[in-house]
Amino acid sequence: MKKFTLAAVAAALVGSMVPASADHTIPLLSYRTGPYAPNGIPYADGVTDYINMINARDGGVGGVPINLIECETGYNTERGVECYESTKGQGALVYFPLSTGITYQLIPKATADDIPIHSMGYGRTSAADGNTFSHVFNFPGTYWDAASIIIKHMMDMEGGSLEGKKVALVYHNSAYGKEPIRTLEELSKKHGYELLLLPVDHPGQEQKSTWLQVRKEKPDFVTMWGWGVMNQVAISEAASIRFPMDRFIGVWWSASENDVLPAGDKSDGYKAIAMNRPGTDFGAYRDIQKHVIDAGNAAGAGDQVGTILYSRGMLNAAYMVEAIRTAQKIHGAADITPGMMRDGLENLKIDQARWTEMGFDNFTSTIDVTCENHGGPGLGAIQQWDASSKTWSLITDFVGADRDVVDALIEADASAYAAENNISGHCK
Amino acid sequence: MFFLDPFFYEILISGLLAGVMYALVALGFVLIFKASGIFNFAQGVLALFAALTLVGFQTGQIPFAHLLSLFGLHATHWGAGFPTIVALLFSLGVMVLLAWLIVQIVLKPLVNQEGIILFMATIGLAYVLEGVGDLMWGANVKELNIGLPEGPSEIILDATDMFIDKLEISAAIVAIVLVVSLTLFSQYTKMGRALRAVADDHQAALSVGISLETIWWIVWSVSGLVALVAGVMWGAKSGVQFSLSLIALKALPVLMLGGFTSIPGAIVGGLIIGVGEKLFEFYIGPLIGGATENWFAYMLALLFLLFRPQGLFGEKIIERV
Amino acid sequence: MFYREAGDFKTSYQSDQATFTLRLDKILFWGLMAIATFIVPFFVTEYWEKSVFLPFFIYSIAALGLNILTGYCGQVSLGTGGFMAVGAYASFKLMTGIPNLDMFLVIMIAGLVTALVGVLFGLPSLRIKGFYLAVATLASQFFLVWLFNKWEWSYNYSPTGQINAPTRDFLGIDVTGPSTAPWATYLFCLGLLFIFAWITRNLVRGHIGRSWMAIRDMDIAAEIIGVNPLIAKLSAFAVSSFFIGVAGALYFSVWLGAAEPTEAFAIDKSFDVLFMIIIGGLGSILGSMIGAAFIILLPIFFKNVLVGYCGIPTDIAEFTQIIFIGALIIFFLIKEPHGIVAYWRTLKEKLRLWPFPY
Repeated sequence: MKKFTLAAVAAALVGSMVPASADHTIPLLSYRTGPYAPNGIPYADGVTDYINMINARDGGVGGVPINLIECETGYNTERGVECYESTKGQGALVYFPLSTGITYQLIPKATADDIPIHSMGYGRTSAADGNTFSHVFNFPGTYWDAASIIIKHMMDMEGGSLEGKKVALVYHNSAYGKEPIRTLEELSKKHGYELLLLPVDHPGQEQKSTWLQVRKEKPDFVTMWGWGVMNQVAISEAASIRFPMDRFIGVWWSASENDVLPAGDKSDGYKAIAMNRPGTDFGAYRDIQKHVIDAGNAAGAGDQVGTILYSRGMLNAAYMVEAIRTAQKIHGAADITPGMMRDGLENLKIDQARWTEMGFDNFTSTIDVTCENHGGPGLGAIQQWDASSKTWSLITDFVGADRDVVDALIEADASAYAAENNISGHCK
Repeated sequence: MFFLDPFFYEILISGLLAGVMYALVALGFVLIFKASGIFNFAQGVLALFAALTLVGFQTGQIPFAHLLSLFGLHATHWGAGFPTIVALLFSLGVMVLLAWLIVQIVLKPLVNQEGIILFMATIGLAYVLEGVGDLMWGANVKELNIGLPEGPSEIILDATDMFIDKLEISAAIVAIVLVVSLTLFSQYTKMGRALRAVADDHQAALSVGISLETIWWIVWSVSGLVALVAGVMWGAKSGVQFSLSLIALKALPVLMLGGFTSIPGAIVGGLIIGVGEKLFEFYIGPLIGGATENWFAYMLALLFLLFRPQGLFGEKIIERV
Repeated sequence: MFYREAGDFKTSYQSDQATFTLRLDKILFWGLMAIATFIVPFFVTEYWEKSVFLPFFIYSIAALGLNILTGYCGQVSLGTGGFMAVGAYASFKLMTGIPNLDMFLVIMIAGLVTALVGVLFGLPSLRIKGFYLAVATLASQFFLVWLFNKWEWSYNYSPTGQINAPTRDFLGIDVTGPSTAPWATYLFCLGLLFIFAWITRNLVRGHIGRSWMAIRDMDIAAEIIGVNPLIAKLSAFAVSSFFIGVAGALYFSVWLGAAEPTEAFAIDKSFDVLFMIIIGGLGSILGSMIGAAFIILLPIFFKNVLVGYCGIPTDIAEFTQIIFIGALIIFFLIKEPHGIVAYWRTLKEKLRLWPFPY
């Protein structure tokens, strides 16, 4: 009890010390510690550096600087909730927790509090149905889009048909990993391939039997929904059993340098779906270099610049900045509330010309969010790893998902959620 | 029948090899439990710490670089790293030093406490080591390459069409060398006899002039060495990162099965668990949804325990009122 | 001077066995309870509710449960996370299956279901002891989490296995769902914690509690004097699992509102609750709560000080905090191996004599 009151007094003290400011407050729920830190660090660094660059170069958005509050979640939902509650009171505009678990947690809560959530290519896929999930956005694409695009790529490799082929899904045995199963099952009915499900438990250091299963069943393709150490082990196990790496295609969260590097040269040819072009040859990167890194303000250890997840963090931050700008335009005010931010996200339109202006020339797909569709265009490209030069490169254009299948699934899941929670839909 | 299944033998072998990897972690637990009755929760973190230190020396990382950057020092690496063998020796040195610190700071004041208190102290130790390790060397994934052969063995592949990873064969060889030398050490050296005396009876050992502190230091150093080996073997597969500390969970069913106090028990237990869980996952797993390895290992161990409550090779528990 | 027993006379066995033998203790306790019940609810904000009070209350219930098993009956268990999952999934099935059921009943039935499962997994304790039993209970931990991850019925066939708590009420007041009032959930959990602490107190000083302690102190001797180990051990497992199931149900439905088995009920939960009771004090009700406060609130406190106040980067703050907590654990164990609650006892002894040292 004594400890408790002590903590209480001190926490109250700290709470009252935070000044109320007119800045755009954006909480960054990151994880730089724990088992998933290797994935969390570059992402958080990318977001931080981009926001710092905007503040340094433009003085914020519309003249109002962005105040980024970082909060460590350790990929743990309890601590995610603590972060949410502690930053909410400071006028947080939007949340992007980079965790499917925390996203699920926040969906009902943030909706009730009128704060938008942007889960970029993770979280609850059916949140793409904006009519039901008014405050949740998951553009530029969902897991189900990713699954469908990966299957499309396999079909291209097989000359258009997967009839009679076998596809294995190696997945993180959690809500995140189970996301694509429905879509892959639907698609298997449509395209006539056989689906093999191979779960891997957290953390996933021991996958011998999974890959023996692959050897026994001899699937034509393997796709992977992995996260953390599971990715590295899976890629090196696949290489060890001489599975052809160009037939091994990961989701965008199984596609960082961290995942392929430990396997060394054997990982050459591994593929993954991407939502943006790898590399550092962009205006935004040059601006970050100039305004942030050269000024000695790089986030974290400063050694993640240019990695896939760093770029994705930048992209996420760029969406946020552009959404603030859109919100300011709609409401004609420099200072915006979380409710206005939601409108900004819902009316976010970024074409290639605008991307180039922002310093992301030919970097990612165009964005066109509507009230009904919060999932964006759902485009993805396939990238491939070159182990000798240690670089990723895109090998296809950005292509769309099989909308018939994916939209029907989203519709079904969203209407189930709407019925469970008495949501009538907010788009008229 | 499944004996004719060509995969049966491959599973058998890879189960055995995986078992050796589990046993490597379990060995560290056994050594400490035998000598001091401490269930060392920090063994997994110890392996992580050792591997981090090794990579740090190898690549010439500056310790606490991230912390120093708060004070305006932005370098992350020295000019060059040490060669592997030197880095290994240095890491071993760090583990020995660490063992001394642990004995002096944590264990000495806790002599004669109950098992659960000592267990809790090692949890505190695990927290500290985890924090210090990450603070020193950073939380990102590090490649670990000390020149061990990797990839499937060509000879076995040609002869039998089985994919056996060379890394695991080396792990098995290292484990055998380790167990044999540990056994020889404890059977035939003076130090080893002192060690066994302490394990048998603390007070009797003290009364014949054996220094408990020295013995504990040696035991913790040796289990630091075992942790280093385990860290290297597991780290070579997945890169060195936080998850490495979770391999301790793989060692617990092995300990249960083999007994907390038996070195051969750790090996035999590891082999049984390795083969058992692989066979179950491969043949039964797909029927009930897969990912059964984690709980099956414990269930298997539990089954054995129902018949032998002290583990396969554990010392018989004799109770008196 | 202020805290003394002069004037407190015990004239009956009842008063000698009372929870608060000193009048001052009694006044202090009820005063604190009155403040917690009648004053705090008016001031509690969502941050305090969701980040401080609910986790503290819920983990205290879980720690009480484990303390019954480990602290009073001497059976070390690492299955807490799995049993919490049983409570959570049972409450989810009840909430979605019988929408009109009062939340209090949901929580209680969830507890009963968990008690049944607990007895089942407690059976090996009749044969296995000590650390072997601790590791054996991990089997239940891993198996239960695996089961809830696989068994589609348990999560109503949702595509991901995530479960979400719908809005349900207790006597007409919403206590689950996204738009609950902070005071409602606060009082609901506080009330449950009070009830369970009261039950624990009365169980452990009664016949059954004494048989648990006899088993803990020496099971063979206890058996010889006529304590039935089967009944004692299994009843400890049942009561303990009941508490933990209730905690799991509250954890999912009232506090977080969503859960997935592999993350929310992973092995860390089992370890955390075990840490709580060892640090707080084995075999002590107050100790369970102090331990919960230590493990749950201290990190938040450190985080607020280091990140919010000193402006240290979050990762360095996190590592420093882990080191601090680890060092504190070691420090407390060296200074006081019987848990923080032993400090409380020493403090009371000192207060009794104050201002005279002897």
